Amino acid sequence: MNKDIIDVDYIAALARLELDSELHDKFQQDMDAILGYVDMLSELDLSDIEPTAHAASLNNVWREDRKSEPLGQEIMLKNAPDILDDELIKVPRVLAEEGGA
Amino acid sequence: MESQIASYNLTELKNGLKNGELSSSEICRYFIEQVKKIDSVVNAFIHFDEKQILDDAADSDLRRKEGNVFSDYDGIPIALKDLINVKDHPCSCGSKILENFISPYDSTVAERLRSKGFIFFGRANMDEYAMGSTCENSAFKITRNPWDTDRVPGGSSGGSAAAVSAGEVPVSLGSDTGGSIRQPAAFCGVVGLKPSYGRVSRYGIVAYASSLDQIGPFARDVEGVAEILGIISGHDVKDSTSLQEGKADFLAAVKEAPDDLNGIRIGLPKEYMDEKGLDADVRSSIEKTLNELRNLGAEIVDVSLPHTKYAVPAYYVIATAEASANLARFDGIRYGRRAEGANDILETYVKSRAEGFGNEVKRRILLGTYVLSSGYYDAYYLKAQKVRTLIRKDFEKVFQKCDVIFAPASPVLPFKIGEVVDDPVQMYLSDIFTISVNLAGVCGISVPSDIVKAEKELPMGVQFLGPAFGEEKILSVARTFEKNRDVQTFSPKQFGDV
Repeated sequence: MNKDIIDVDYIAALARLELDSELHDKFQQDMDAILGYVDMLSELDLSDIEPTAHAASLNNVWREDRKSEPLGQEIMLKNAPDILDDELIKVPRVLAEEGGA
Repeated sequence: MESQIASYNLTELKNGLKNGELSSSEICRYFIEQVKKIDSVVNAFIHFDEKQILDDAADSDLRRKEGNVFSDYDGIPIALKDLINVKDHPCSCGSKILENFISPYDSTVAERLRSKGFIFFGRANMDEYAMGSTCENSAFKITRNPWDTDRVPGGSSGGSAAAVSAGEVPVSLGSDTGGSIRQPAAFCGVVGLKPSYGRVSRYGIVAYASSLDQIGPFARDVEGVAEILGIISGHDVKDSTSLQEGKADFLAAVKEAPDDLNGIRIGLPKEYMDEKGLDADVRSSIEKTLNELRNLGAEIVDVSLPHTKYAVPAYYVIATAEASANLARFDGIRYGRRAEGANDILETYVKSRAEGFGNEVKRRILLGTYVLSSGYYDAYYLKAQKVRTLIRKDFEKVFQKCDVIFAPASPVLPFKIGEVVDDPVQMYLSDIFTISVNLAGVCGISVPSDIVKAEKELPMGVQFLGPAFGEEKILSVARTFEKNRDVQTFSPKQFGDV
């Protein structure tokens, strides 16, 4: 396959994970070992093989368009880490404060 | 009465309730006492609400008194793996990130069990997000094998298997993405069934790898898993991957199982018997079981699944790719753990996930993210999907030559606790006999076959694999084997120690 060096920091950033240096080193080793093992797949000639995305062949199924009861705001807010006015999920700042911060 | 409840299987409990010999409260009280007595050692349950169980049992008894039972099963307790949502019950998935999560709704399997009057009896421990083969990856506790408490119960559905094995509950549900029902069933000496993909709705199940996950039952005998499968299976409008042909009379297949296996062709894949990692004790036990099957009249047919060795690497690409997408939703915003002290939204995601996920989950998310990342998709993910096609075709070809496939459930005896947790490749290789089944979407049952002597006695399990929607066939063969096998009783003796 390829023997690129895996950039664990880049992958962790894509995966929205923060790793301390100990974990970073451990995962660097683990990823090298696991992907080294996965390289076995390159032995196979797969040129004429169709990929399988799903075990079962899926067909579209139609159903009647019916109204059903939603779970409701109160129930869905019960698991929220932080709420506002009993009706909103409170989240940290999305945009940086003006002038940096 | 107590000793009777302990020895009853699901059908006997059902009959006991029906003829008034037993009440749901008596049954539940017996199992609660068992949990209180031994679960501080076995650790099968992450969460256990005695009061809720007794209230539900009292409601069931009242329904029965008034002649309003939901079904013959009304009042029977069942334990669910902690990734199956039940309204108002916790659902932590063995993870700190969902530690305080309370399900707002019923999964379809829970709704179907509820509509029959089953009592939800505790949340069974599991490897975090079903990632693991030992139950050691739970964020909360390490479940122990009831046969030898120095050993693991298997995983990821280790709590569900151990609870049934230890007599803490008559039946349970687990999930199987790469062997997570069949391997712990074998390690704990109980029966476990992985249904064909699409047989059971996944609605309300926390997803690990959506194209591989299936929910399935554990019980002390083949009849028990057939009964539970009959209840949870069938098409569900809420899961577009649940198939229309999901229902069948599984219980009839078990009850009508013949006394011998005359005329049954059992395929023996040469790759499985050639597997280098196959432990010597496991091999000799497997050979003994094969002889028992021959003596029952089965024709053992040599078959080949040539791509077996590629199943583990293909699986770890596909499963982790799907997991990295599925687990993106756990970000500390709408539900689940949110890290303190983050200054903005990105930091909230990153810190919440760093604090909330354990190492195996992080490792698989990273692996999945890598194989899907720009420049590597074709080299890993697409390649693995093509290998999946080859594995599926291997099974299709073999099922033209035989009725069922015979396979070990695990190449090794249950691991000692702490033995392999730090070596991912070795850990992943232990899934060699179970993982292809999920990639191919076919079905498999793990049934206790023998008892082997290590430091303590340990159960052995074997699998019968069937084609997609061939559950009636594997149940029938498993039942014929069960009623004739040399060893009849699979009950851990270690209770004296626990």
